[in-house]
Amino acid sequence: MSCDFSGTLVHAYFDGELDAVRAAEFERHLENCRDCTATLGAAESMRSTLQRAQLYETAPANLRRKIRAELKVSSPGASSSSIAAWRWLAVAAGILLVTGVAWFAVPRMGTTSMTSSVTSTEILDAHIRSLQAGHLTDVASTDQHTVKPWFDGKLDFIPPVRDYMDEGFPLIGGRLDVLGERNVAALVYGRRKHFINVFVWPTKEPDTPIHPPGSKQGYQWVHWRHQGMEFCAVSDVSAQDLHELAQLFIQ
Amino acid sequence: MSATGQGKGWDVLDSQDRARFEQLVLPHLDAAFNLSRWLLRSRTDAEDVAQEALLRAFRFFRGFNGGDARAWLLQIVRNTCYTWLEKNRQVELMTEFDEDLHQQSSATPEALAIAGDNRERLARALDTLPVRFREVIILRELEGCSYKEIASITSAPIGTVMSALARARQRLQRALTQPAQQEAPREL
Repeated sequence: MSCDFSGTLVHAYFDGELDAVRAAEFERHLENCRDCTATLGAAESMRSTLQRAQLYETAPANLRRKIRAELKVSSPGASSSSIAAWRWLAVAAGILLVTGVAWFAVPRMGTTSMTSSVTSTEILDAHIRSLQAGHLTDVASTDQHTVKPWFDGKLDFIPPVRDYMDEGFPLIGGRLDVLGERNVAALVYGRRKHFINVFVWPTKEPDTPIHPPGSKQGYQWVHWRHQGMEFCAVSDVSAQDLHELAQLFIQ
Repeated sequence: MSATGQGKGWDVLDSQDRARFEQLVLPHLDAAFNLSRWLLRSRTDAEDVAQEALLRAFRFFRGFNGGDARAWLLQIVRNTCYTWLEKNRQVELMTEFDEDLHQQSSATPEALAIAGDNRERLARALDTLPVRFREVIILRELEGCSYKEIASITSAPIGTVMSALARARQRLQRALTQPAQQEAPREL
């Protein structure tokens, strides 16, 4: 007899697509289900097989050249006077990103101060998890006076909550989340049809400016510290939008 | 839709758009080529189609809302591939997508590990999958896309992505453990 989950949920679990609660539930199921355990083992083995085989085929150099020529874009390294200075800044920020991520992803070495001890992977996972059905908000309200008191008593700090509807970032609600083993507040904002999670937790570190944007798998994030709070905004909207929202928080 | 023709259509974007395109979209050329190669099962065809897709993306770039550039590009690449397949290899698109779900594979992880040491054999097994199964495997396992990204690239609900992946993995596993003569003939 085949378990129904072995054709569905076990794959979502394997691909890290279940939220924390459902993943934990599924792990309990796994303990007693041979079908799902076998499917999981096969999927894992398949993945490492595919990775070992190096099947990824990169674009041939002549295709790259042809496209660049046809689009008349500058070749890498060649300077183009038509590009505004801020674009070069953006490129520079992209280069800095590598350093930035390294700094931001300070390993969690069992410290209790937990300031910058959250990795980008954890932030992204939390964001993706939140987008799954029914998990985006614990309190759904566009009213900051409803969302802010809701956190009272649920966390050992009170996050700053404000609606930025007029600036194009309507408050959608709030949620409790867990990052790097500590409870954090997640504030949810809308941007056109997209969602932005702003994770907030207290810190003893001094204020830092809005961190150069990070990007992974199509998601962007920015990070900053302000008045004893640490913030990370993450979304699939552009880094520019995130920066704009971050600035509203600092004002 | 852009009203520009094939030849000098690229003037529709000003230099700022051009720089943005270069910065946001061009870095995903490898992803575009890789997806085309596996959807079309040919490097030569993939070169043509990936190029066409990039040029289309450039033309439609004004409509890009600043979200996930890779997913946006791959959606265009996929559509371009399907259009090409419809024109050149219609039979492939009609390949049975539904198949017996309950047929269990006897593959053990050990057997797969042995098969995997052979890149050729693995590539051949992948190429025998129907294109809709092949694409979810490529997007998930080679490109590392999330279900949400795959859903937007393939214009399918997330639930469909999950079940397609489940079945694709099962099919691939079966293709790998099947004797070679039972594999579907491969188009050259």
